[in-house]
Amino acid sequence: MPSNDVIIIGGGHNGLVCAAYLARAGRKVLVLERREQVGGAAMTEEVFPGFRFSVFSYVVSLLRPEIIRDLELPRHGLHILPLESTITPLENGDYLGQWNDHDQNRRELARHSLRDAEAYDEFGLMLHQMARAIKPLLAMAPPNPTSFSFSELLGMKRLAEHFRSLGPGRFHMLHKLLTMSSADFLDEWFETEALKATKSASGIIGTMLGPRSPGTAYVLLHHYMGELDGVFRAWGFAKGGNGSVSAAIAAAARAAGAEIRTSAPVAQVLIKRGRAIGVVLENGDEIRAKRVVSNADPRRTFMQLVGEKHLPDEFVDSIRRFRFRGSSAKVNLALGELPDFTCLPGRGAHLRGAISISPSVGYLERAYDDAKYGEISRRPYMDIVIPSMLDPAMAPPGKHVMSIFVQYAPYHLNGGWTDARREALGDAVVDTLAQFAPNLKGAILHRQVVTPADIERIVGLTEGNIFQGELSLQQMFFLRPVPAWAKYRTPLAGLYQCGAGTHPGGGVMGASGRNAARAILGTP
Amino acid sequence: MLKTTPFHERTSALCVSHAWRRWAGYVVASSYELSHEREYHSIRAAAALFDVSPLYKYAITGKDAAQLLHHVVTRDVHSMKVGQVAYTPWCDAQGKVLDDGTVARLGERSFRLTAAEPNLRWLQDNAAGLDASIKDVSESMVALSLQGPASRAILGDIDLKYFRLAESSISGIPVTISRTGYTGDLGYEIWAPASQAIALWDALIDAGTPHGIMPAGMLALDVARIEAGLMLIDVDYVPARKALIEGQTSSPFELDLAWTVNLKKERFVGREALVAEAARDPQWRFVGLEIEWESLEGLYAEVGLAARLPPTAWRMSVPIYAGNEQAGYATSGGWSPLLKKYIALAHLRGPWIAPGTALEIEITIEHRRKRAAARVVKKPFFDPERKRA
Repeated sequence: MPSNDVIIIGGGHNGLVCAAYLARAGRKVLVLERREQVGGAAMTEEVFPGFRFSVFSYVVSLLRPEIIRDLELPRHGLHILPLESTITPLENGDYLGQWNDHDQNRRELARHSLRDAEAYDEFGLMLHQMARAIKPLLAMAPPNPTSFSFSELLGMKRLAEHFRSLGPGRFHMLHKLLTMSSADFLDEWFETEALKATKSASGIIGTMLGPRSPGTAYVLLHHYMGELDGVFRAWGFAKGGNGSVSAAIAAAARAAGAEIRTSAPVAQVLIKRGRAIGVVLENGDEIRAKRVVSNADPRRTFMQLVGEKHLPDEFVDSIRRFRFRGSSAKVNLALGELPDFTCLPGRGAHLRGAISISPSVGYLERAYDDAKYGEISRRPYMDIVIPSMLDPAMAPPGKHVMSIFVQYAPYHLNGGWTDARREALGDAVVDTLAQFAPNLKGAILHRQVVTPADIERIVGLTEGNIFQGELSLQQMFFLRPVPAWAKYRTPLAGLYQCGAGTHPGGGVMGASGRNAARAILGTP
Repeated sequence: MLKTTPFHERTSALCVSHAWRRWAGYVVASSYELSHEREYHSIRAAAALFDVSPLYKYAITGKDAAQLLHHVVTRDVHSMKVGQVAYTPWCDAQGKVLDDGTVARLGERSFRLTAAEPNLRWLQDNAAGLDASIKDVSESMVALSLQGPASRAILGDIDLKYFRLAESSISGIPVTISRTGYTGDLGYEIWAPASQAIALWDALIDAGTPHGIMPAGMLALDVARIEAGLMLIDVDYVPARKALIEGQTSSPFELDLAWTVNLKKERFVGREALVAEAARDPQWRFVGLEIEWESLEGLYAEVGLAARLPPTAWRMSVPIYAGNEQAGYATSGGWSPLLKKYIALAHLRGPWIAPGTALEIEITIEHRRKRAAARVVKKPFFDPERKRA
């Protein structure tokens, strides 16, 4: 008899969530993490002495509140601090602000367009309703629409009833959201370029698509989902960086009895007669378990850890076609002083929120054009936060850390990624940002540039895709990662998946980990 | 940051309570004095001066200005005379109320619409193909409301009928004066360019001081408007634009505004739905409730207390019962210092809307929920002759 009920390959946040739920249900769980620390892409590292960074993923909004409650994460150290605003510096020296306070926000938008100031609330209400329409689907293991089995049909019936209950108006809006580009969708609501651009940006994050690419409107909604639950409202920053999210979940898992082993890279899933029976570590150790769960992305799981020969051809084909195409990079800066933005000089509330370099839809689309043909965006889209403004412990007193999410930096770069290309990306980012905050270059003490190739190398995410596979419509719901295998199970008995490469996808949501645990436990 | 109105220099100096609240993105005084009591009594006994500048104001002009408003609001705008003001709600296509305010006909082709919520986009979208210019004059124009029996004398015994307006001047400042208000009393609203705000305030205070004028805040206004049976957006009803579910929306009929709905108009936004609704029995009605003092006193006496009421008007949803059934809910209420009655405004289901209907209202006494006897009464609770005279 194997000594473990479940082995989880990979201690990313989803693997840890899955482990915690299984351990709480009394299962004997072993998590095997390749690196010396848990968290996967949700990790904090003191990259330069005194300067701590959420090296990869850097904000939290989608982490499911039920996971925070169930696993008692605040008791294990989780504290999410709100990001209050988003500022978009404009090329004419002005800016567009979006604030949490309703009156302040309306007043700021009215400065740009009275119409948009009014449309904003209605747009928010519409997204709220759409998010409500989609939300039950996130908690639901997606039914297979081609199966006639009773449980699948029941699932489809529930789905159909859900859509019917929306009424025609909302259903039609949902259809638009599912089919349009974010730029086109936003054109129906707003006239201010910077507003449309900044909003459409959330439709392109983690995809190799531009704001004018069809299907991006839905991704917009996907990222809005975190705002549904009153307590969250918007994006937040985990005190201590995103590593503290992973640390809290790991602590919860350990408290429930799970064992977490780091520096324990898995080489292979052990398969016997079509069934996963354990794993082989890179050092040759074999560990048996009744079930094996992979937190790795679908390509890594099936092509590397399992191996094609154990899988049906069609399934292998589908996994091969599952698209990653990492398109985003991170630039982490250690700063001697705060950036001084021309549009909003000095140390203001705007530095406690996000700063979005997205002055127009055209700007974003041009950034995409470069990437479409295999180049780094000359003037990239950036989503910037200064975590030390919210949590001063992230940097030495008086100094700051700046986290810059950058798009596009295509994984498939012409000529491939080299050290020189990495630094060229860093230069493009700093040069672009310095146009809006001229003191930036002089303020930089250290710079870390993380390319998609680095993400793949360090974290193990295929092609550096931050969502374990593009969050595009053809790879969502019952198609994620592969049609007919969207329920955390795999063609191999005893082998499960729990990563963001499964429904509902990435964003430090934890939903895949929880859903997988429920599938394993047989909880409906 | 929040906006302050152009009167802020004066109002902030007077606001010794430091009690401010938000209204449409502005800060306005809740009460100037430590208690709103004297301010309330000035409305009914002398004259109260309110800064109502945060109202949204739209100047609508052009050949089709009347047609645009006629199409948007539920009342008949074409038949309005120049100088006339009309209180009206307006609806979405489902006949659910979006907002309520006043339409003032300044000229044949010139109107002013006041609103509680921003409506520029709604007006623009409904003006497609019409020759009408819509200008948001919310910031360029200020408004003061002078309410109370002495208000006419303060304005130099102005001769203006109820819901009429006239161009005038106060100490040389060009103003429009309308005989309107939100207190159910004799009163006027004075509209002027923002640049003249301070001079206008000073002129009215000077003219009003011999008559006992008092600057008054929103707490006093709230008591007066409840006595007058006037509903407040976001408090007594959810505007359709903000409703998350259909059940939160209200039609003008449900809000007891049937008198403002002119179904003879050939076309206006929401007409179809309102025609259909007019043919049915009312599902809900916004009514006045009087809580019976003896019953209330009895409930307090049971725990050895004298009856006590909150010092200011309340704004929350309070269940109303008919036996074991919930007949509806009250949304505003409070003690009327003038009438010496405990009154409330409530939404009731169809079977219980007739005046005189005996009901019960939930009240929490010493942490326990009780029910006090209440009955449906006609609105307004207070309707002095001087209001129209």
